[in-house]
Amino acid sequence: MRRHQPNRILPSEITPEATYLNRRDLLAGAVASGILSATALPALPVVAAEAPAGHFNFTRNAKYSVSLEPTSYKDITHYNNFYEFGTGKEDPAANAGTLRPRPWSVAVEGECETKGTFGFDDLIKGLPLEERVYRFRCVEAWSMVVPWLGFQLSGLIQKLKPTSKAKYVQFVTLMDPKQMPGEATDVLNWPYVEGLRMDEAMNPLTLMAIGLYGRALPNQDGAPLRLVVPWKYGFKGIKSIVKIAFVENQPRNTWNIAAPNEYGFYANVNPHVDHPRWSQATERPIGKGLFAKNQPTLMFNGYENEVGYLYKGMDLRRNF
Amino acid sequence: MTVEQQFRYLYKPAVFAASLVPAALLVCGALGWFGQDLGADPVAKLLHSCGKTGLNFLLLTLLVTPLRRLTGWNNLVRLRRMLGLFAFFYIVAHFSVYLVLDRQLDMHSIVQDIAKRPYITIGFAALLLMVPLAITSTNRMMRRLGRRWQKLHRLIYLIVILGVWHYWWQVKKDIRQPALYVGMVAVLLGIRLAYYLRSRARQARSVTSKSAPATAQERT
Repeated sequence: MRRHQPNRILPSEITPEATYLNRRDLLAGAVASGILSATALPALPVVAAEAPAGHFNFTRNAKYSVSLEPTSYKDITHYNNFYEFGTGKEDPAANAGTLRPRPWSVAVEGECETKGTFGFDDLIKGLPLEERVYRFRCVEAWSMVVPWLGFQLSGLIQKLKPTSKAKYVQFVTLMDPKQMPGEATDVLNWPYVEGLRMDEAMNPLTLMAIGLYGRALPNQDGAPLRLVVPWKYGFKGIKSIVKIAFVENQPRNTWNIAAPNEYGFYANVNPHVDHPRWSQATERPIGKGLFAKNQPTLMFNGYENEVGYLYKGMDLRRNF
Repeated sequence: MTVEQQFRYLYKPAVFAASLVPAALLVCGALGWFGQDLGADPVAKLLHSCGKTGLNFLLLTLLVTPLRRLTGWNNLVRLRRMLGLFAFFYIVAHFSVYLVLDRQLDMHSIVQDIAKRPYITIGFAALLLMVPLAITSTNRMMRRLGRRWQKLHRLIYLIVILGVWHYWWQVKKDIRQPALYVGMVAVLLGIRLAYYLRSRARQARSVTSKSAPATAQERT
């Protein structure tokens, strides 16, 4: 049932690297001159102890990047599903100012040797930062191309030394209605939780993002730390993570709790398995205007060669 | 100016112009005029705006009768046809955006959608039911159909219920907005039910009071 589909990339979709790098310089300039102040932080003493946001040393991982033109910074930061800041697509950009992404700490719990609460910098220390341009496919049938900045989750997991009992990794978002006003409503079961099977979490494509377009993550995109699993629907990419737990049994995930017949645990991008209320066969590329052509959705969002082996022999219609 | 003239030269043109404002805003957004834009997902924005505006006009149409009874200003009914036709206009626009920009005239996926996805089936049914109402909205058709015209146009109750249902079912999780619409429709239809029940009770009373003397006569 899994049909191999070659990635169809039109020559017109490929951006010359010069253009792309040039755009990054422009952005960096914009940040430096204060035009883009999403990453500006108050100079609190606690903050000073951490890496200054927006000055990351990273390399571009071409092997794991698609050669598609990234969606504009404006659209990536102003078209978000982040119900902690409201259910409208433009709500997160408008309301996420209340989130304080520094200082930040992450609790590590469960079936692992390295437990405890770690400051953001301690947590990511020694993990090589990379830029990867990934496809992003929302379960709502729209898509983007995002130049993420982050590290492989596998590197962090190795640091935390899970035991043989650890079969899944669970992630939890910050729970604080003062910082995340949407959590005062009962639209979803707060805090947001997500999970991955251990082999999914260890796959080299699975990224922990701390930035995009070479800068620190804007609040509305899940600052300061979020998950990116490019072959799964976007809701698996849990944002503003404060807890990582290694567990033996498959954890629940928020959208599965909200509507179990519509959103599964796996949530792999799959054009052959429709959402009960809409087709998943095609997707609308964001930022391409009113007359943009719908694109065919690719199996595993185009990452079938990299992750297909994880689901050999599984009924993907049942494990949607 | 007679009332006839007031409506003809003042109120109707004013309502007509106001009813075109949502469409004008969307056109400006699509063309990028006057600083308007349709955002990152312009197709979704057009689709949802047209649908919601259509629903709003359906509610306005249903508001005319209760408002008339409340204010006693019976001439309001002269505006109702225009409101109903604008509802039809925006819903046809909504469906056209769906066909052309969202599904991009992919007949296979359109047929699948209408057949397999209940919320689209419901919305499509509501649109089809509006067609005879739009066709029979002319003065000539009103005269020709006579009393049957009113019966036919009661379909609006079913149409608005289907419309709100269609809205409710396509929302992902946050049902606060559609719930508001359900509330408004419940009030607008509830008022009519109350009027209906009251008039029936009055009729029943007048029937018994008429028949009462008759039985009294029989007794004598």
